[in-house]
Amino acid sequence: MHANAAAVSARHHWLPLVVVGLLMLFPLATTGFYLEFTSKVMILAIFALSLELLVGATGLVSLGHAAFYGIAAYATVLLSPMYGAAGVFWILPAAIACAALYAFCVGALALRTKGVYFIMVTLAFAQMAYYVFHDTKLGGGTDGIYLNFKPEVMLFGARIVDLGKPVAFYYVVLACLVLVFLFLAVLLESRFGRVLAGIRSNEQRMRAAGFATFPYKWAAFTLAGALAGLAGFLVAVKDGFVNPEMLSWHESGAVLLMLILGGMGRLSGAVLGAFAFALLQLFFQWDGVFGNFARHWPLMLGGTIILCVAFMPNGLIGLPGQWRAWRARKAAEAARG
Amino acid sequence: MADAAPLLRARSVTRRFGGLTAVSDVSLDLAEGEIHAVIGTNGAGKSTLINVLSGEIGITSGTVELLGNDVTKRSQPARAHAGLGRSYQRTTIFPRFTVFENCRLTAQATRQRPWNWWTAAASCKASTALAREALDRTGLAVIADRAAGLLSHGEKRQLEIAMCIATRPRVLLLDEPLAGMGAEETERMLGLLSGLKAGHAILLVEHDMDAVFRVSDRITVMVNGAVIASGVPAAVRADPEVQLAYLGEVNA
Repeated sequence: MHANAAAVSARHHWLPLVVVGLLMLFPLATTGFYLEFTSKVMILAIFALSLELLVGATGLVSLGHAAFYGIAAYATVLLSPMYGAAGVFWILPAAIACAALYAFCVGALALRTKGVYFIMVTLAFAQMAYYVFHDTKLGGGTDGIYLNFKPEVMLFGARIVDLGKPVAFYYVVLACLVLVFLFLAVLLESRFGRVLAGIRSNEQRMRAAGFATFPYKWAAFTLAGALAGLAGFLVAVKDGFVNPEMLSWHESGAVLLMLILGGMGRLSGAVLGAFAFALLQLFFQWDGVFGNFARHWPLMLGGTIILCVAFMPNGLIGLPGQWRAWRARKAAEAARG
Repeated sequence: MADAAPLLRARSVTRRFGGLTAVSDVSLDLAEGEIHAVIGTNGAGKSTLINVLSGEIGITSGTVELLGNDVTKRSQPARAHAGLGRSYQRTTIFPRFTVFENCRLTAQATRQRPWNWWTAAASCKASTALAREALDRTGLAVIADRAAGLLSHGEKRQLEIAMCIATRPRVLLLDEPLAGMGAEETERMLGLLSGLKAGHAILLVEHDMDAVFRVSDRITVMVNGAVIASGVPAAVRADPEVQLAYLGEVNA
């Protein structure tokens, strides 16, 4: 049991390093569509990691997480000057702050409810934000709005990176993904993170021990909103365009599906889920394989996810464990004869 | 000991749920070095009393004093900080954590430092020391690295107590710590409870009458939410009202 656990944790250390190494080499192998696609998926992975902090780590299932992603994206566009580039060291914190502020307000109210009510309240707040952008002229209504100039990364008067270049942008996103992953990995092992794990397991017991759980959940909710805001900023810079669909419940549902697909309770599950989800989506949209039926890709994606939930209760990241458990069971049966 | 000020003093504690009065005008004192048992039939309001005293549910009327301070309006976490620990009738350990981590996490409540996100909780000296001490006291140190969910029922009940004392409380409210235990496990738990008397005031809610009369210094009997008798075990056993209302039923 113990040796097994040690082996698992050793693999946990080298596997992410291999993945990061491959992602670093990827731009040498390809350009164009696949590079941009991978940038987008890494942004989604950051988004999924931010939700993992709520769902997997704290046990708070939110169905309104896209609001924070979308608000930061809109803030990036709306706070940028019309005829010139914004400095990234100003616009990035500003966009994250907008998302965090909304999360702070939503959390103050939503965290007073539990379970399915929490799901409904977070959804309601996200829909409110969605309709603000959808039905008012603030962000161009249903048409969305363009970001005319990508933010500039200036330090001491020199431009360090050009976010308009796909390869440079790719590495910036990869760096953000690694930093967010490491930050959350350290955070979840800290005293703060252990309290979140305790709340997930048994909130009442934590209160009896002397933890005022509300402020902890509130902080986690706000932080998750801020990290979703980072993803929203990156996607606004990448596409140079935002529209209300970014805040829709489809987006909130998709990021939740990424977690379910990848496996909850593990950070690597969120990243794996984001990649798996995006690749499945890409695959089912491929008319070279599915012909005209590729138009119905949501049907196939949905069916696949139902199958995954049925056969992989712990998600993709839980497959090795499931395989070991299955082999152990077979061995035990064989031993019994 | 009886002359010292009680660590917990409840006065006229009442809790109503709509038309039902679950706890009615209950007053009791918990003194350091004493086990004060509360007995009564199912539905007598014993668990509700623990819930009200610990702040888990609100009080309808009455006051609760902890170490001389009025804590009636304080939240459950605040009362826990002020020195009140409780265990649950249904085991409430964290099954996926190790035995040690269960205790370390509750011990962390005494020194939370939530803003420090960069230091690993496992290297927190204050909470690890408290957890070790709690495990030593409860005899669980040998299985500290085991996953809590895999323990036997008796060990889980012991862990529940260990998690409680890891927060360094002065007052312990224990809700049926012997529930579902075998004879041997019961003996071990009773030894543990006697050992905890020093430095703690203990309120014990329990159904096992033999155990209650053996370890308690004081017994309060509740019927339909109200106290019908309170005193040393011999006096309670001799009380005709208690015999009629409660012990008579058990013996019959």
